[in-house]
Amino acid sequence: MTTETFNRQAAIEIIASFESRAEMLVQILHGFVVRFGWVSEDAIRLLAAELNLSRAEVHGVVSYYHDFRTTPPGKHIVKICQAEACQAMGSRELSTHAEETLGVDMHSSNEEVTLEPVYCLGNCACSPAVMIDGKTYGRVSAGRFNDIVASIGETS
Amino acid sequence: MAATKVYVPRETAAISVGADDVAIEIARQAKEFGESIELIRNGSWGATWLEPLVEVVVDDKRIAYGNVEASDVADMFAAGFLTGDDHARRIGPTIEIPYLIDQDRWTFWRCGLIDPLSIDDFRLHQGFKALEKAFDMGAEAVIESVKTSGLRGRGGAGFPAGIKWQTVADAAGDQKYIACNADEGDSGTFSDRILMEGDPLGLIESMMIAGFAVAASRGYIYLRSEYPLTRSILTRAITTARESGWLGENIQDSGFDFDIELHLGAGSYVCGEETAMLESMEGKQGIVRYKPPLPAISGLFGKPTVVNNVVTLASVPNIINLGGEKYASFGVNRSTGTLAFQLAGNIKRGGMVEKAFGITLRELIEDWGGGTASGRPVKAVQVGGPLGAYVPEDQLDTPLDYEAFIEIGAMVGHGGIVVFDDTANMAQQARFAMEFCAIESCGKCTPCRIGSARGVEVIDRMVAGDEREDNYDLLVELCDTMEDASLCAMGGMTPFPVRSVLKYYAEDFSSAVGADE
Repeated sequence: MTTETFNRQAAIEIIASFESRAEMLVQILHGFVVRFGWVSEDAIRLLAAELNLSRAEVHGVVSYYHDFRTTPPGKHIVKICQAEACQAMGSRELSTHAEETLGVDMHSSNEEVTLEPVYCLGNCACSPAVMIDGKTYGRVSAGRFNDIVASIGETS
Repeated sequence: MAATKVYVPRETAAISVGADDVAIEIARQAKEFGESIELIRNGSWGATWLEPLVEVVVDDKRIAYGNVEASDVADMFAAGFLTGDDHARRIGPTIEIPYLIDQDRWTFWRCGLIDPLSIDDFRLHQGFKALEKAFDMGAEAVIESVKTSGLRGRGGAGFPAGIKWQTVADAAGDQKYIACNADEGDSGTFSDRILMEGDPLGLIESMMIAGFAVAASRGYIYLRSEYPLTRSILTRAITTARESGWLGENIQDSGFDFDIELHLGAGSYVCGEETAMLESMEGKQGIVRYKPPLPAISGLFGKPTVVNNVVTLASVPNIINLGGEKYASFGVNRSTGTLAFQLAGNIKRGGMVEKAFGITLRELIEDWGGGTASGRPVKAVQVGGPLGAYVPEDQLDTPLDYEAFIEIGAMVGHGGIVVFDDTANMAQQARFAMEFCAIESCGKCTPCRIGSARGVEVIDRMVAGDEREDNYDLLVELCDTMEDASLCAMGGMTPFPVRSVLKYYAEDFSSAVGADE
């Protein structure tokens, strides 16, 4: 995760790598999230100008998709699957456990961590599943969750 | 002496339970023991409950070790892993694993078997053979073959693929597209992912055959963003295919041009609906379009477009190789061929089982799945994702057949089977169905956007014991409205799981604990 919120030059390069095609907006936004962690108002203005779209159009797309956050995330992003297969294996309890151990509510962030629901990681034969910083973990008991979080805490 | 081949899956589920660490440790131990190994990162065979499933090739035979942890590897090497010797983790020859041998592997037969990113390995296992045959047969004969097979859309809707292809082939237009729907958002489903990670070149070949059949020169894969590993594997496979002349202009001197672009979804469930997916691929909000016009007539960028699910497309190469009649000889009634059933949730042996239609839920859950993971009785089975009904225990003998499931108010969908034991509170599940619809609704039509939010409220009142009978009637009426008046399956089918709970688990409304506890 990067700490840089926005860099105009880097943003222009990302847009250019998609040949400034308006139909690549969703893909470009992914590039922004990878680079900056979130989509700022500056980013939206730049996208509108570069892709010849209205700011409302860009804002509409940004706000439509779960993947594009408009506030800076914590250093680590923890997503806990809330869909049926994981529910059948205790994801509700795991979510409560995560909120308690990380000290942050679902859908919210602190400096260290952002905790979010996700609806299916496609790891339904290894439920409950969790994704941390883009890596998927399966068969996540409360104990295993603590171990994974601790190991990530050590390396960062 | 030649290096000993060792297979460790590079597949999301296997890695989610430690396969990468196991691979690293195997390489380290081999070095320590001074052994020369060739470490191949294959896809998964689909026996997910055994992951990480490691194999070693001894006398041309693959010997499997299951549930291997990195901490087991040193011990395995000491016990003679590289010569397939006994160890607590040793299962035996892969081809003798009962879970795998009793399947009808028509579409997924290369998954686990090959190195997914090696064109050579792919070619050795019939790779591009169907495409070459398609070139010889001609486009019309390819479409005829798909029609004869009776193949229906595996994404859930079950529309006959051959008819869709014919419509696109017949549509006027100089530019046509193949859009592969890899937005596998249904909970309990992962077969698209297993295919894309285990046989990405197979998907590429399938899209090329579709492109050749309908005269489309461009294909798109719309992949959900929750699959980052799949993305990296697909990206590499597309690059590899391009570099070896299997994508691009005048492919293998056939005169046929075809290339593929990968688009990522962005966490929206409804983008799995074909028209919402097309909108998203055009860089817009994933809002459902009115139909007609059908995407086959006016799809991506307004051009005739074949929108097919990953597994639908990937079923085609063997239909070309072995004939549509052969495929149609599998299955029952109008559900011909095979489906990759996915055993998920509270199940002892979760994974993917490709079987001909007609098998029952009970056979899958008991014979393959081994019952619940908790060892408790099965209470409900949700089939076909979040829009699928909860099937009670006494209906588990229903054969998996699109029409037979419709008859019991359920759906086969994409073949996801999510098992719940008797600790599940079904009123909570009904509430979740409405809540999920409220979260994921694209908002275009009122029954879905407003109905789902009202549905949550009504269920909450029922659970709280607030005028339970009146609210029951209201909920049924709300389900009718959503079902009849929604624009797409999101709002139109959310009532399915809700109704099934009302019908079979009504008592749970009086015993439900609060909303989200």
